Amino acid sequence: MLMVVFMTRNVKDELERLGEKIIREIDKGENPNIEIPIRTLSNVVFDQKTKQLSLGDKTAKRYYFNVAHSKKFMQTLMVASFAKSLIDEKIHTSIRDMYYNLKRTLPDSNENTFDEQSESDPIIVDLEVAIDVLREQLHLTTDRKGIVAGNVRIEDRGDLIDWSKLGSGGWSIPSTVDEVDFKKVDAEFVLVVEKNAGFERLHEDKFWQKQNCVLIGTGGQPSRGTRLLIQRLNDEYKLPVYVMTDSDSYGFYIYSVIKSGSINLAHVSDRIATPEAKFIGLTVSDIFDYDLKKAIIKCKEVDIKRAKELLEYDWFKKPKWQKEINLMIEKGIKAEIEALSHRGLKFMSEEYLPQKLKKGDFLD
Amino acid sequence: MARKTAEEFAKEQKEISVSEFFEKNKHLLGFDNPTKSLLMAVKEAVDNSLDACEEAGIVPDIIVKIKNVKEDVYVVSVQDNGPGIVKDQIPRVFGKLLYGSKFHRLKQSRGQQGIGISSVTLYSQLTTGEPTRVWSKIESQKKTYYVELHLNTVKNEPDILKQEDIDKDILGDSGVKVDMTLHGRYRRIVEDYLKYTSVSNPFAKITYTDPNGVKTIFPRSHNELPKQPKQMKPHPYGVEFGTLQRMLNNTSSRTVHSFLTNEFSSVGNQSAKEICKVAKVDEGKKPSELDRAMIEGLMKAMQKVKIQRPPLDCLSPIGSAELEKSLKKEYQNAEFVTTINRDPEVYRGFPFMIEVGIVYGFQEEKKEENGKKKKKQEEDEDDRNGETIELIRFANRVPLLYQQSACSLTQAVKEVDWKRYNLDQKGSNLPSGPMKLTVHICSVWVPFVSESKEAVAAYPEIIKEAKLALQDAGRKLSIYLSGKRRAGEQKRRIQIFERYSGEVAHALSILTKRDAKPIEKKIRELVETKKHFKGEDEQEEEDSKQEAVQEEDEGEDKPKTGGKKEDKNKENKKK
Repeated sequence: MLMVVFMTRNVKDELERLGEKIIREIDKGENPNIEIPIRTLSNVVFDQKTKQLSLGDKTAKRYYFNVAHSKKFMQTLMVASFAKSLIDEKIHTSIRDMYYNLKRTLPDSNENTFDEQSESDPIIVDLEVAIDVLREQLHLTTDRKGIVAGNVRIEDRGDLIDWSKLGSGGWSIPSTVDEVDFKKVDAEFVLVVEKNAGFERLHEDKFWQKQNCVLIGTGGQPSRGTRLLIQRLNDEYKLPVYVMTDSDSYGFYIYSVIKSGSINLAHVSDRIATPEAKFIGLTVSDIFDYDLKKAIIKCKEVDIKRAKELLEYDWFKKPKWQKEINLMIEKGIKAEIEALSHRGLKFMSEEYLPQKLKKGDFLD
Repeated sequence: MARKTAEEFAKEQKEISVSEFFEKNKHLLGFDNPTKSLLMAVKEAVDNSLDACEEAGIVPDIIVKIKNVKEDVYVVSVQDNGPGIVKDQIPRVFGKLLYGSKFHRLKQSRGQQGIGISSVTLYSQLTTGEPTRVWSKIESQKKTYYVELHLNTVKNEPDILKQEDIDKDILGDSGVKVDMTLHGRYRRIVEDYLKYTSVSNPFAKITYTDPNGVKTIFPRSHNELPKQPKQMKPHPYGVEFGTLQRMLNNTSSRTVHSFLTNEFSSVGNQSAKEICKVAKVDEGKKPSELDRAMIEGLMKAMQKVKIQRPPLDCLSPIGSAELEKSLKKEYQNAEFVTTINRDPEVYRGFPFMIEVGIVYGFQEEKKEENGKKKKKQEEDEDDRNGETIELIRFANRVPLLYQQSACSLTQAVKEVDWKRYNLDQKGSNLPSGPMKLTVHICSVWVPFVSESKEAVAAYPEIIKEAKLALQDAGRKLSIYLSGKRRAGEQKRRIQIFERYSGEVAHALSILTKRDAKPIEKKIRELVETKKHFKGEDEQEEEDSKQEAVQEEDEGEDKPKTGGKKEDKNKENKKK
């Protein structure tokens, strides 16, 4: 609890410090500037040991007295001050709301502070990396997405919530996971499932109870909140994370997003990755090993194309992954998680997953 | 049908008088259409007035009035303060075609273009039946002489309808006034002609009243007449067979050698000997005794032998400073005016010279503080930047208003790469921009493409010189434009920094809990110092394209393969 409060105060201080710095520079008659880490390939560092991509030390200064930078400088300060107001007033707002709130016409001109949300969105990322905060800490939110169940008790805005006592539902994951206080975490690992249908099945089978894990359904592409939750559970409670998706390019991609640092640089800068996450299934080999051939789907051209792209990603350049993806391309087949139902409705929760967990049959 | 015999044909042949011929071929005189015809009337009369004043050493004051007396019928009235014309001469000047002294001389003159004011008399009487009316006052006479005349087309002689001496003081000490009544159409081109004439003759004052009664004064910007061009003897390179033959027949020189040295420019003793040697003609021979073959041989030799260029002091250009002053007077709104003249050059034995003037940019007079109006001004400027420049051509100080595309001066403009001088130019067209470009060629003999004399012929020497002059002018323009751009950039820079200062100060006040006003004030003070800050020249920021701020659907949506899927994604996408 203390840590969360401390983090929030930190962000306020950081914003204030940024303002003070600029004012100092103005008073000295210097060119006020904001230093922002560079987010292009030239500043991405690949750590061979941890196999992680991260931002290097290179920064660029965004100056006020510079015709090419000036507007963005102004926009960055506007976003920063907006975030400060949110924090001061203890409210949250979406990034789109922020855009509308900050959009104004500048004096003596037809020029606007922001013309489109596509201008304000990247400024948020600039600020995130410049003062090393997450946008959720700036009180900028997005919709809830993702669902979680397990033997965990949290405090969320003053309310105590027990993830094991939500009936058929689960706790709907907000974007402000950073403000959540963990009271009790009783689990041995985290299982992340791509599809809500998968979550439902496993939740009904009380999988999280039987296996003593935290069960998370991402509902497709994992939201920032979901990813942050996964990261916190892994980071703060040292829980291993296993990801389960369809056996296709999209599924593999979702896995890599959670694990991060591989597909594109945005994930390098969002710092809500869980590098230690592992892929539990559904692999292409599983289709054969678990006799699911009757439930396969033929790959379309776009699937093959996407698979070929995945082969080139740094993260998937491991031998096991290359084998899997090549197998998919070669056989031209893919499968959904639901394919496991072909072997029985409880096959996934009672046989497939437990076997995999026992064998430690994961892809990195 | 009976066949006619040669004799019968012979009986029908008769002499056609020159004026009868022109009666049926008005376009050859330049009277192509009603608009042009009206213009020709003004042109001939004004040219005459300018010539007369210049030759008499009088700074010209010309008054032009055009009245629309009936549908499509106009009275063109031109009055000058020249020396006037002697009584006897008037009828032939105005009523006989091809009468004049200019045709025989090799001297820079306006009159090359026109066939003379008599053509206007002819055209007037053909289209309206009205006579040309002339008033003339010479200094030595107390009274003004008035005459009304027609042109007799059969005899090519003037028919005087009325003449009298009048007491009324119309012309002051001396001068000529002519009124011509003709069929025509009035268009702006007449005023343009007078405007351009004023530009190329800065010492002339022209007062103009148009058919609506609107009076325009084109004042002089220079109080002195230009130095008079000298007459030149022909140069061997420019002589044609027929001319040479005529000269040989008319010369008073007794030998071919002395004929060559006397009657040609730049031919001295040695050159004359050389020519005769190459032509294999005895230099002591009598000129009139040369037969055709010898004359041809002589001609060829004259082209072959290396002869010094003709004297170049026979030209009388407008003058670089005078043209600049003249353009500035005429285009007072212009941002920038520059003129260039090149040294005289020679084409085919004829000296010529090119002068170029550039008038660039049009300043708005209003001072707008309101940002919106400023924006419109910028838009207007953008529009004008897209318009083709206005090209104004002159030959021997006479504006050329027609046949622009056939003219080699135009060709020279098109062949210059104006992009180097910061103008837009598509391919080899005229460049575009808010600019007027004057190109003037003066020569003892300006070569024209056709009898209408509106397009200069394409001699390589002329095009080369014109391009060099245009390039010189372009360079000057380019220097001005870079300076302007720099000044514009400085202005824009200040505008930008001031514009954002309010929001920056506001943001800082929220971040640091201080008052915004003093912060803004301090920022503006810094801007006003205009100093160059460290970090100001850092490059344009690289846009990090890999932004994934949208959390949902960072990749593509999984295509549906049946069953409910993540439709919720799409709903969530709207933030």
